[in-house]
Amino acid sequence: MNPKEEKVKIITEEFIENDEDTGVGRQKKTSKVARQKRKKRLPTAGPEEMVSESPHLGHQQELVQEDSDTRSLSMTSRRGPRSLPPIPSASRTGFAEFSMRERMREKLQAARSKAESTLLQEIPTPRPRRLRSPREKELETEFGTEPGEEVQRTQQEDDSQSYSRVKFRDSVRKIKSKPPVPPGFPSAEEAYNFFTFNFDPEPEESEEKPKAKNRDGTNQEEEEGEEEEPPVQGEHKTDEEELLSAKDDEDFLLGLDHRAEDFVAVRPADYESVHVRLQMEKELLFVPSRLTVPTYKKLPENVQPRFLEDEGLYIGARPEVPRACQNIMENRLLTQEPGRKWFGDDGRILALPNPTKGFPSRPPILTREQDIKAELETLYKKAVKYVHRSQHMIGSGDPPGNFQLDIDISGLIFTHHPCFSREHVLAAKLAQLYDQYLARHQRNKAKFLTDKLQALRNAVQTGLNPAKPHKSLDTTQKAINEYKSEIRQTRKLRDAEQEKDRTLLKTIIKVWKEMKSLREFQRFTNTPLKLVLRKEKVDQKADEEAFEAEIQAEISELLEEHMEEYDQKMEGYRAAYQQWKAWKKAQRAKKKKKKQAVEEHPDGEVEEPYPGEEPVKPVPPEPTDRALVEQQVRERAARSRRRPGEPTLVPELSLAGSISPNEQCPRAEVLRREDVKRRSIYLKVIFNDKEVSRTESRPLGADFRVHFGQIFNLQIFNWPESLTLQVYETVGHSGTTLLAEVFLPVPETTIVTGRAPIEEVEFSSNQHVTLDHEGVGSGVPFSFEADGSNQLILMTSGKVSNSVSWAIGENGIPLIPPLSEQNIGFRSALKRADAISSIGTSGLTDLKKLAKWAAESKLDPNDPNNAPLMQLISVATSGESYVPEFFRLEQLQQEFNFVSDEELNRSKRFRLLCLRSQEVPEFRNYKQIPAYDREIMEKVFQDYEKRLRDRNVIETKDHTDTHRAIVAKYLQQVRESVINRFLIAKHHFLLSDLIVEEEVPNISILGLSLFKLAEQKRPLRPRRKGRKKVTAQTLSDGDIKVLVNVIRAYDIPVRKPTASKFQQPARSSRTFSEKRAASPTTHSPTHSADYPLGQVLVRPFVEVSFQRTICHTTTAEGPNPSWNEELELPFRAPNGDYSTASLQSVKDDVFINIFDEVLYDVLEDDRERGRGIHTRIERHWLGSVKIPFSTIYFQAKIDGTFKIDIPPVLLGYSKERSLILERGFDAARSLSAGSYITLFITIEPQLVPGESVREKFDSQEDEKLLQATEKFQTECALKFPHRQCLTTVTDISGKTVFVTRYLKPLSPPQELLDARPNDPQATAELVARYVSLIPFLPDTVSFAGICDLWSTSDQFLDLLAGDEEEHAVLLCNYFLSLGKKAWLMMGSAIPEGPTAYVLTQEQSHYLIWNPCTGHFYGQFDTFCPLKSVGCLIGPDNIWFNTQQYDSPLRINFDVTKPKLWKSFFSRSLPYPGLSSVQPEELIYQCTDKAAAAELQDRIEKILKEKIMDWRPRHLTRWNRYCTSALRHFLPVLERSRGEDVEDDHRAELLKQLGDYRFSGFPLHMPYSELKPLIEAVYSTGVHNIDVPNVEFALAVYIHPYPKNVLSVWIYVASLIRNR
Amino acid sequence: MAAAGPSVFLLMVNGQVESAQFPEYDELYCKYCFVYGQDWAPTAGLEEGISQITSKSQDVRQALVWNFPIDVTFKSTNPYGWPQIVLSVYGPDVFGNDVVRGYGAVHVPFSPGRHKRTIPMFVPESTSKLQRLTSWFMGRRPEYTDPKVVAQGEGREVTRVRSQGFVTLLFNVVTKDMRKLGYDTGPPDTQRASGPSPPQGLPR
Repeated sequence: MNPKEEKVKIITEEFIENDEDTGVGRQKKTSKVARQKRKKRLPTAGPEEMVSESPHLGHQQELVQEDSDTRSLSMTSRRGPRSLPPIPSASRTGFAEFSMRERMREKLQAARSKAESTLLQEIPTPRPRRLRSPREKELETEFGTEPGEEVQRTQQEDDSQSYSRVKFRDSVRKIKSKPPVPPGFPSAEEAYNFFTFNFDPEPEESEEKPKAKNRDGTNQEEEEGEEEEPPVQGEHKTDEEELLSAKDDEDFLLGLDHRAEDFVAVRPADYESVHVRLQMEKELLFVPSRLTVPTYKKLPENVQPRFLEDEGLYIGARPEVPRACQNIMENRLLTQEPGRKWFGDDGRILALPNPTKGFPSRPPILTREQDIKAELETLYKKAVKYVHRSQHMIGSGDPPGNFQLDIDISGLIFTHHPCFSREHVLAAKLAQLYDQYLARHQRNKAKFLTDKLQALRNAVQTGLNPAKPHKSLDTTQKAINEYKSEIRQTRKLRDAEQEKDRTLLKTIIKVWKEMKSLREFQRFTNTPLKLVLRKEKVDQKADEEAFEAEIQAEISELLEEHMEEYDQKMEGYRAAYQQWKAWKKAQRAKKKKKKQAVEEHPDGEVEEPYPGEEPVKPVPPEPTDRALVEQQVRERAARSRRRPGEPTLVPELSLAGSISPNEQCPRAEVLRREDVKRRSIYLKVIFNDKEVSRTESRPLGADFRVHFGQIFNLQIFNWPESLTLQVYETVGHSGTTLLAEVFLPVPETTIVTGRAPIEEVEFSSNQHVTLDHEGVGSGVPFSFEADGSNQLILMTSGKVSNSVSWAIGENGIPLIPPLSEQNIGFRSALKRADAISSIGTSGLTDLKKLAKWAAESKLDPNDPNNAPLMQLISVATSGESYVPEFFRLEQLQQEFNFVSDEELNRSKRFRLLCLRSQEVPEFRNYKQIPAYDREIMEKVFQDYEKRLRDRNVIETKDHTDTHRAIVAKYLQQVRESVINRFLIAKHHFLLSDLIVEEEVPNISILGLSLFKLAEQKRPLRPRRKGRKKVTAQTLSDGDIKVLVNVIRAYDIPVRKPTASKFQQPARSSRTFSEKRAASPTTHSPTHSADYPLGQVLVRPFVEVSFQRTICHTTTAEGPNPSWNEELELPFRAPNGDYSTASLQSVKDDVFINIFDEVLYDVLEDDRERGRGIHTRIERHWLGSVKIPFSTIYFQAKIDGTFKIDIPPVLLGYSKERSLILERGFDAARSLSAGSYITLFITIEPQLVPGESVREKFDSQEDEKLLQATEKFQTECALKFPHRQCLTTVTDISGKTVFVTRYLKPLSPPQELLDARPNDPQATAELVARYVSLIPFLPDTVSFAGICDLWSTSDQFLDLLAGDEEEHAVLLCNYFLSLGKKAWLMMGSAIPEGPTAYVLTQEQSHYLIWNPCTGHFYGQFDTFCPLKSVGCLIGPDNIWFNTQQYDSPLRINFDVTKPKLWKSFFSRSLPYPGLSSVQPEELIYQCTDKAAAAELQDRIEKILKEKIMDWRPRHLTRWNRYCTSALRHFLPVLERSRGEDVEDDHRAELLKQLGDYRFSGFPLHMPYSELKPLIEAVYSTGVHNIDVPNVEFALAVYIHPYPKNVLSVWIYVASLIRNR
Repeated sequence: MAAAGPSVFLLMVNGQVESAQFPEYDELYCKYCFVYGQDWAPTAGLEEGISQITSKSQDVRQALVWNFPIDVTFKSTNPYGWPQIVLSVYGPDVFGNDVVRGYGAVHVPFSPGRHKRTIPMFVPESTSKLQRLTSWFMGRRPEYTDPKVVAQGEGREVTRVRSQGFVTLLFNVVTKDMRKLGYDTGPPDTQRASGPSPPQGLPR
């Protein structure tokens, strides 16, 4: 109910408003009266007006009517959005009231609408005016501005749409422009305008709008259809102008003034009806139908669609286009263009098969810059062939080129294959025979020989005829004889050939028959082979005649031959006979002569003539001979030749036979076929023993043929030495086997591509294959016979058909290696091969061998082809040429060296650059290396060279002790090497070094940040926010400040009344009852100075000195002062280098000294009192706290209460203990007697501390152990990320070592054990003191934040320097050897930060030892500097603290409880018994006492000089007496370790010195270097006393401990004589 | 020592960071700074600068035009460590946080004359998808610890970056005494010396 009602209400309201609005908007200037006037006048405005309005009127009336019909709906929908917010009255108003209102409203509305409609009907003009205005506006906006900008934009944005639209518009416009305006027929409007209109130029309108107007016209025309008044167009006058003019006219009539702006400015609100728009859109837009277009529309009339596909023509697959899209396209094409050229014969849109490219193409890079495009233009360059080094020997002058060998492998046929069935074997045989037959047939040697024979015969015939008389008879005869012999030979050959032909034919037939029978037997066919014997009929008669003639000719020839033979023999016989006769005669004569003598040998002599006679006898009679010969000839002819009349048999082998399908075959055969299918073959092309390419793997066909058809273009560089094809067979998915190698001949140079014939090269393999199916196998005997006889063994064999040829280059030049090179090899390929084999193919490097080979093979040295080789050999043998025996990477390096290395090294500038890039410390930050050598000073290098020189020279100048000097040197070297390592490691970056990335927040952080959103902006209890850390790069001098907040101190020693010199206070009576701390303010300083007796007072102030900058607080009073002051000390990094590494290595300490300010009245004369105050301020050093800067740097802030290092004896001061009780402090505090100061120290701005190097050091530990350590550490870090957990450490050589290996019982020096043999506690303290006497040197300083290096105890004692860990390890080891239960305790303390302490278990309690100071604390000592405990390390295990708290006060040290301490070695990982890295035993040398004494003297002397130096304006007097007295005290102090000697000491001193007021104290330090001693003395400020009559005393005592550990005592005192 | 010849050479660079193409981002500003070797020292001008925030042009190019001038003069003894200009572009993300939109670096051209350089800009990638999501949410994208990192090669192998857009720079380079010290950088290709850049924005 409500919403509806509201809506109605809104609508009505709006109507009211709207009316008013439009009224106001339209007629800004005209008054209501004027409007009324006009209304009345308008109907009488004249026909012109009516006419001019009429086109609109028609339209608008329509609209209005429409509007009024659909008013409620359309109005709501249109005006809804900009309606006012609903009045929230509905709920509050009562229903009655509400309904009343509603009713009233309805009535009102009804009345209004009625009035309006009547108005519309009766007085049409005002309505149109009102409604026209939006139209005008619309025209203005849509067609005035749009064509200018909007259309353009839309065109760009969606081209297609707008394009079509525009086009459509154009077409419409064309149509539109057709209706001609009758020329010279001015409309009434025009006529009117002509007379009335003031032709003001209206540039903006007239120029902008022609198009729009046209369109407007079109629209209207179409809307109106047949309108009696066609719109005027010819003169660029459109309706709008008319309207304007009409308006003008109105105004004119009304006599109102108007300006030019009025035409433009007075525009009604934008208004456009949906219907109008739709209508317009309908005219503008064309929506093609989605329905299928009937085919007849797409084709020319009376043409039946023709489907090419049905006619059998190939038509590519059309691209996939949805049917609907196709329909739309067709409709569009049909409507747009009546031409049917888009449609094919089948009535479908013409389409290419697949318009998409088959390959991707990279779109061009759209760069706007022209020059960039030019830069990016690529220039194609062919890859340049690198000439082999070894190649320079042969034909070095020859241009190296690309040679190409084309190997065409067309296919492969198996003549035998293991998978051959029996039939295949026969078929192969048959095919082979047939091939043979074909080959023979092609050559047809028999025919050739027959022809030859014929020709010879003819020749003989002609030769016998005396046709050529000029020839001598002799030569003719000779020729004839030759012919004849040739005839004979030819005939024999021909006969043999003919016989072969015949037997071949017979064999073929035989094999075929066998095959047929086999097929019949096995009842299937495997091969498609089919032999057809074609009989060729011959003319029997002619054939017989020819046969006969041939035989006759042959017979005659044979006869002739025989005749000749006979003649020859006869002749020979005759000659022999003659000879014989002659011989016989001679014989007879001889016989006669010696008849008697040779009676015995008549037989032999008679026999002799017989052989000569024999040939004469068998001369054959001719007729018989002829018959015999004829018989022989005929026999032979029958055997070898076709019988006359017998048809010639031509075998034809075809593959037309059908193979039995698998179903008809027995299982074994099916298996065989399957097996064949699984096999595939490929070939590898091996060139010079290297595989260059291989063919695709092709399956073996059922006919055992493999077709490859691949051509390999071998781009070769060397002359081919060998060319091999390897045939590989793959069976199924199993491996490949090498069947055979086929050696291809290297082609002649004349064989180029295109001319090379396909050759078949046979191959065979010796593999043995036995198959379990029909296949016969290879190398296995098998038989065709049933009984297994007549066995055959066939090897796998086949033929590769290929061709090898040289390629032809682009310009027709064959790509063959050049002549000179090729000649050597090519001219005699055999020799070449020999050379290669004798030298080795790896290259012609061994020239001796080559020479040897040349000598052996007898190369012709004069052959020009051999010239280069011979020259090479001669050079090689004479040894002139240098043949490198190595492979050179940068062959031309020497050529590119523009100066020699020596010269380069001499260049100072280059050296400087090199050193800088090596990051040598002296040159690391060298700026602006001069451009010239001459500008580089020699002294630049001096320091560096000196350092290099001094590396091994130990100088004792700075060090008073040679041992220390050595140690210092050693340390320096270790430091250097570690720093170098660090520098290298610095160049390894992690992601976090380069990129700042937020951590992935976990739920808790997210929750926290959500919580943060809710928290108050200014909370009442603000939480401290962390300061922003600053990376050290952007800093410079003065940016960093050290802030020291001195808050308060406790238990400062108080002045002791000097009067006590007369009393000897008992040692026991420590608590002075007369101490009145409650009234310190009542004392004036002067007063106290005057009356020191009984006044216990101290006025302490704190002085902080850092880097020689000194700040001090104001003076407070009393032994428990509170300063609460902030001191600011500037920090300067060394050399202005604020890098992290540099800051880490700052060694400076912050000294916090506590002084007592003492005021002395210097008034000489008592009479002047009251007129002036003359006091002198003296400051007495009370104690100090020293905090290294590195600690502050790494900790970022130091906050806590520190024990003040107060010398054991403070002359003139005493500890006030009663106050403790008075103030009700905890009794526990009194246990650790001492003074404390509360400090807060930090750096402003906060610096990011450097991280240690993440270098992973190698280790000799077991890998399992290392893994376990990592696991342990991550587990611990997960639970308690802030607790220190240490499992592995780095030893001094940079190896990772498991930490427990450092702990091992080591006995302390015997000297210490002997000192108090009965008191274990005292011994322990002594040992701790000994350890603390070893100087402290933090790793972080020496090894600039790299890592903790742990040295073993002997190394530590040798080095005499180390940090907490080394001290702790040594102390722990000593305690272990003393039989204590001791652990290394890792935790954090103030001010050291993460550190190592030692924990010992006494009978009932635990003691915490600070190894660096030698002090020990009970577990519940609140002033114990150790604040948290991370883990305990014993000799055989590590325990991590898993308790809730980590403060030593609150934790339980019982490591046996697994709930409290997580142990590293447990049951799951038992202790493997790790050997210790510590030595078996520590060997202690006794320190040379004399050296110590000498050192003592030197130190004393140096210190005295220093004090004098520090007092440049004053005279420094030394009180020798006092000095000697002090010197005696120092050994006492050493013996008692600075305890409980004060009072005795003081008393003695006073006794000795008499009336002196003096202040002084002993300083105790471990000795490392001189500098810290001087610093310490300086920091006490003893020298600052400038009382004129002051005297000084200084004594030094060095107590030597074993192993060169020196305890240094320095007693400094100032004395002022009391008067 | 005028006779001995100069001991340093001077390199004067002026020009401007002209414009940028960052197809996805708007309202960007850029910082520039120079990275140079140890032998170089700036003698005049500004080594680094930060530009105004610019919005995309309304035309099709959608260029972000800064026209932010660069003017610096270096002196040096050694061409080693030739100055590089390092640009880093920042702009607001969806939530209005200022995030980095690109880093880029290019050597100052070493031949005198007018040079136009278009350098691709990139930003480091988050290490994981989750990181990416959270960094997007928090508006704390991964950034280089120091933009100067992009001018050096050391340590870059640990980073992964993504391309973002392009910045066009114009340099006018003048050198003095280079030739006297033996460094002949030569004039650039004279044809290539582009005059006033052609009016941009013509639709191509």
